Amino acid sequence: MMSDNGTKTMVDDSKPAKPPGFETLAIHAGASPDPSTGARNVPIYQSTAYVFDDVDHAASLFNLQTFGYIYSRIGNPTVSALEEKVAALENGRAAVATSTGHAAQMLAMYILMEPGANFVSSINLYGGSITQFTHTFKKFGWHCKFVDPADPENFRAAIDENTKALFLELLANPGGIIVDIEPIADIAREAGIPLIVDNTTATPYLVQPFDWGADIVIHSMTKFLGGHGNAMGGIVVESGRFDWGQNDKFPSLTQPDPAYHGLTFHETFGDFGFSTKGRAVALRDLGPTLAPMNAFLILTGIETLSLRMARHVENAQAVAEYLDAHPAVEWISYAGLKSSPYHKLAKKYLPKGAGSLFTFGLKGGYEAGIRLVESVELISHLANLGDTRTLILHPASTTHRQLTEEQRIAAGAGPDVVRISVGLETVDDIIADLDQALSHALAKAAE
Amino acid sequence: MEPLYYPDWQIRRILRDTDVIAMVGASTNWNRPSYFAMKYLQEKGFRIIPVNPRAEGEELLGETVYANLKDIPEPVEMVDIFQRSDRAPAVVDEAIEIGAKIVWMQLTVRHDEAAKKAEDAGLTVIMDRCPKIEFGRLSGELGWSGINTRVITSRRSKQIRAH
Repeated sequence: MMSDNGTKTMVDDSKPAKPPGFETLAIHAGASPDPSTGARNVPIYQSTAYVFDDVDHAASLFNLQTFGYIYSRIGNPTVSALEEKVAALENGRAAVATSTGHAAQMLAMYILMEPGANFVSSINLYGGSITQFTHTFKKFGWHCKFVDPADPENFRAAIDENTKALFLELLANPGGIIVDIEPIADIAREAGIPLIVDNTTATPYLVQPFDWGADIVIHSMTKFLGGHGNAMGGIVVESGRFDWGQNDKFPSLTQPDPAYHGLTFHETFGDFGFSTKGRAVALRDLGPTLAPMNAFLILTGIETLSLRMARHVENAQAVAEYLDAHPAVEWISYAGLKSSPYHKLAKKYLPKGAGSLFTFGLKGGYEAGIRLVESVELISHLANLGDTRTLILHPASTTHRQLTEEQRIAAGAGPDVVRISVGLETVDDIIADLDQALSHALAKAAE
Repeated sequence: MEPLYYPDWQIRRILRDTDVIAMVGASTNWNRPSYFAMKYLQEKGFRIIPVNPRAEGEELLGETVYANLKDIPEPVEMVDIFQRSDRAPAVVDEAIEIGAKIVWMQLTVRHDEAAKKAEDAGLTVIMDRCPKIEFGRLSGELGWSGINTRVITSRRSKQIRAH
């Protein structure tokens, strides 16, 4: 056992002690007491900059030779407490927080991509990600090839000499689809490129993608991690296990960086070289920094992540079973139901529950779906997920609106699809609201 | 190879009680990892004596560079090996000869036979670790960069050395 004064205790320490449990990490990781004040909770360090001891100390910090804060665009004590906590919960090596989940995707890709390079992504993604990858990244000269993840070999077939990464959502938005990550991780490994997993909808409570071969995990912390619909945030976590030096595909990590006095990030920072590059260059030069106040709200949210997620999936299962039995429901896509084609994958990858985001369609199709989302009273009709509140929307007209009809259907967001993010209200009240909204939708259809 | 494990108390005790470290393979190039480690450890109150035959007699971060361990004219407590693993046995032999108490091999540096020889001679051996990263990890500073230190504590002070 570790002892603060460095003396040996009587505990057997010839081998590592059992690591702390998930709940312990959610509360304590990255969040030891403030050494200056003794403050037990992580303070909100609302400061833009940090004083140097002297010119030499400043130089050491700017050269990345010593650890410390310079300017909150690059690092802030409240934000770094959150970064360490999420890195610990994902069982990763290090993390860099960003202003939003979209910024996290941009930051990760900025490190990996070059103009003319590409990455291969599952088509089953949040619509906003599809748009970012298709149109906005193109302006940087980065190209995304979308594939149907149902057959992992589709990823292999799309890889070429300029491919820098594979990307997927394991529990895919808008819901109900689970991507079989393990064979896709093998394909990435054989190609010498990292597998990036957006773990927003599942959270590390339900699945830790590094256990299944992912190399980088991304989150929109705005969703279940923060969990209260009150703060935006994103994060990039690296496993520390990917060898960037195995080939010449990642010059940004393995070649001297002209944006950092010729420093070579992989060689100098080893298993946290990717994160260091993300902080020292990408955050510095692109600027999508997480605000300390948002970091504080998300930190507070994460402390109860395990309790919330357990109830989210419990409520989702009950709501899904209710909808599955409802005569007005044409189909439902929730991997927690035995009838789902993804039920087996859910048992394998998400044994604690298949998340609380899923889709369904009504017998009245598009018109009935629209009427349903407009008839709810307790449930909120808005574009978000992973709130304490139950949320509903019609993806084709909102989150997946910018896509073509063909893309929408491929992404599981066709015209009749309704998406629900089941919250933490009393489950009977969620079901009662759906019940009244469904009768309303049906009554109107009968008119 | 067996995974290496060193309890935190052992690393913490070494970093608390050691003052003079000879760094074999210290580079005079400011953007090399050994330079980073030397500068950081100096700031934390360690005396670092650089050893590098190619820079013999030069001054590095205020210290004179020696060609080998035996040339250092004062007692050395710990030898930090910043060289390829196959160079470890020769450095270990010298470390034993000059009476060092600890041999520390840097990240990716590991030589089990040399380690056994050092341990049989009564030295403590740490392999495949970086004293800068371990100091940063146990003092909490590594977490300032969002790195998972795996240290969970409700104690206020994580200070390792008296200043």
